[in-house]
Amino acid sequence: MGRASSKEDAGALFHSLRSAYAATPVNLKIIDLYVGFAIFTALIQVVYMAVVGSFPFNSFLSGVLSCVGTTVLAVCLRIQVNRENKEFKDLPPERAFADFVLCNLVLHLVIMNFLG
Amino acid sequence: MAAVATMPVSDLLKSFKLKTKQQELLIRVSILCLVYILAFITRLFSVLRYESMIHEFDPYFNYRTTLYLTQNGFYDFWNWFDYESWYPLGRIVGGTLYPGLMITAALIYRILHFLRFAVHIREVCVLTAPFFASNTTLVAYFFGKEIWDTGAGLVAAILISVCPGYISRSVAGSYDNEGVAIFALLFTFYLFVKAVNTGSLAWSLASAFGYFYMVSAWGGYVFIINLIPLYVLVLLITGRYSMRLYVAYNCMYVLGMLLAMQIRFVGFQHVQSGEHMAAMGVFFLMQVFYFLDWVKHMLSDTKLFQAFLRITVTCAVAVGTIALGLGMLSGYISPWTGRFYSLLDPTYAKDHIPIIASVSEHQPTAWSSFMFDFHILLFLFPAGLYFCFKRLSDATIFIVMYGLTSMYFAGVMVRLILVATPAVCLISSIAVSATVKNLTVLLRSKNKGVQTGSTKGSSSSKASSKALLDQSQPFQKNGAIALLFGAFYLLSKYATHCTWVTSEAYSSPSIVLAARGAHGNRVIFDDYREAYFWLRQNTPPDAKVMSWWDYGYQITAMGNRTVIVDNNTWNNTHIATVGRAMSSYEDEAIEIMRSLDVNYVLVVFGGVTGYSSDDINKFLWMVRIGGGVFPVIKEPDYLVNGEYRVDKGAAPKMLNCLMYKLCYYRFGEMLTEYGKPPGYDRARGVEIGNKDIKLEHLEEAFTTSNWIVRIYKVKPPNNRW
Repeated sequence: MGRASSKEDAGALFHSLRSAYAATPVNLKIIDLYVGFAIFTALIQVVYMAVVGSFPFNSFLSGVLSCVGTTVLAVCLRIQVNRENKEFKDLPPERAFADFVLCNLVLHLVIMNFLG
Repeated sequence: MAAVATMPVSDLLKSFKLKTKQQELLIRVSILCLVYILAFITRLFSVLRYESMIHEFDPYFNYRTTLYLTQNGFYDFWNWFDYESWYPLGRIVGGTLYPGLMITAALIYRILHFLRFAVHIREVCVLTAPFFASNTTLVAYFFGKEIWDTGAGLVAAILISVCPGYISRSVAGSYDNEGVAIFALLFTFYLFVKAVNTGSLAWSLASAFGYFYMVSAWGGYVFIINLIPLYVLVLLITGRYSMRLYVAYNCMYVLGMLLAMQIRFVGFQHVQSGEHMAAMGVFFLMQVFYFLDWVKHMLSDTKLFQAFLRITVTCAVAVGTIALGLGMLSGYISPWTGRFYSLLDPTYAKDHIPIIASVSEHQPTAWSSFMFDFHILLFLFPAGLYFCFKRLSDATIFIVMYGLTSMYFAGVMVRLILVATPAVCLISSIAVSATVKNLTVLLRSKNKGVQTGSTKGSSSSKASSKALLDQSQPFQKNGAIALLFGAFYLLSKYATHCTWVTSEAYSSPSIVLAARGAHGNRVIFDDYREAYFWLRQNTPPDAKVMSWWDYGYQITAMGNRTVIVDNNTWNNTHIATVGRAMSSYEDEAIEIMRSLDVNYVLVVFGGVTGYSSDDINKFLWMVRIGGGVFPVIKEPDYLVNGEYRVDKGAAPKMLNCLMYKLCYYRFGEMLTEYGKPPGYDRARGVEIGNKDIKLEHLEEAFTTSNWIVRIYKVKPPNNRW
């Protein structure tokens, strides 16, 4: 009884999520695609580390953290650009993008220093 | 003629007539300028009384490294292996220090030289801490403005400019990490609170840089990396999750962590040490929150969402606990180090790590220290907490948490009063500012009431109510004036107290001692520097000096000789070896000294001057630390009935150990006080037990003019014939 209803719940959940997601604007979907790519790259790096070993650790960390960093920054950009967020109504999207680019610049400079 | 002459004057005055907003800005800027100057000059007592020199012990190491940095450049500094300390082990300096302070001072030095001010690096080092204290007052102003309003910001700047808790570690000459670190701490907190309030990525990036500066400056950055996640957690629990918080924390955490790992001394601790796991845990929790928030936003059906919520939360908690458990069990995530664990469990250090327990700054705080360092802020702090709770916002929650956690830690360790000082000043400033504002509003409203009462004569009911107000208000006005005078009196007493404390207690260089002579004149004991310069000028350049670890930094910086152990205390066994040598009989000690290639032994002795921080008073710690590694040294051997004595009734091992012999050699003939027998130790207040001391393997090389520092030369082994 419980299992069948939870399966129905899961199915209904999945469908409603899918239909709601299809309604999001295109620019947000592009950012989501970028986030998915970054996470996928991080996973590949972790699997590689599991196979080959973690030496040198700083290179592994810089690789994974660059993926995590770009994910996080892209999500922040998505939050700030999303017109449905009332808190960021006054923030022009150009400013949000400029902040995003600046943070990414700093992130990648540090990553390059840390790669060794 | 007079009319024509006054015309331009009145025109001039009219041209200065500013609008209220500009008047207010003028007042604020002038107050801040005065506070900036005040914070700098109140820390200059020791420079005016003695000379511009570096105080204490640790700053000498910082000074030496800064000197090296300015002379040899950044690359050599970053890769420096110091063979002049911890003989024969050496020390990897580049990887075992926090470079922020040295780089800051070197930068200021370079800028001044670029502007053609030919200052010596020592002057820059001496005045770095007051300069950054002035900058801290500015940051406190902006932080107060962020939390409450500009009035609170001004009061915060004023309070922190003279607060003794901060002055104690930032006087001119105290060239230590804390001088710069408190500025970095407050700056990081301000930037983070600003980021949470605005939700802007730029401010979060700035706070990540502030955190990077803090990590480069002081080991106390662990406080930041634990307080901020704790604050985020509290906000999440109290239902204040918002997108701004997400943006601020995530950007600051990822960028801050990456930047922090560039400091070699910190290394990979952000992902491997138990002390930093809270930040990572909160990071993952934020992702979960964001994900749930997003799904909730997308789903229109709440029942479905509840089901989804249950599944996700259980999954997340399970995964988190499993990961944490695996990490801790396998040892990958190291547990809390002794230094920080002793903050949570204050009894830990006494039993397990005697070196940490022996430092006087690590003792629990007495009430008198709190009163001494904070004065009226002690009771303004709860008042400020009340005001913060009345007007809760993201920013006030932060300052309340900072205040409470830092006060707890200040109670555990005396040294951490420094970390609590900015929080206490800020919260107290809220109390002062809010109270003064309410009182002045009362004062001003009476005049308005009188005016409107007289003009609005038509509406009778209003007039009668205003008349009633007018009747009760005279007492209110008098009460307000009285309270304002009381506040003024308290604040002026605070200023007086702070200046007195700074002058009397916190401005002594520790390396130069002062006392009152018999006729009331000031007597200066400059023995330490006398001894170090004797070492520098009269010993071969490759001589090795053995002393207790307190003096290591000073010997390398001023005496320019290799030492066996110094204040870094990174190798407990090496220090225990020195402790064992000091507590053994001369025959056993000479074996140890020959194995370490020691040429000179330096001891500090306060028996002639009554100086109580000498090696005989520290001797029991040498025994404890030595005995901790070498069981042959037993503390009860040196005590009589549990009592530590140096007179005739002392233990025989005590009367014949190396430290006793070196300190009291030839002291038996010395007359120190009128009416007392020769060999009267003024620091212990007893006549010493063993007056006839003969040294077999050492000979006296130098004793300073007041017998404070005594240097002995290790004789080479006898020839066989």
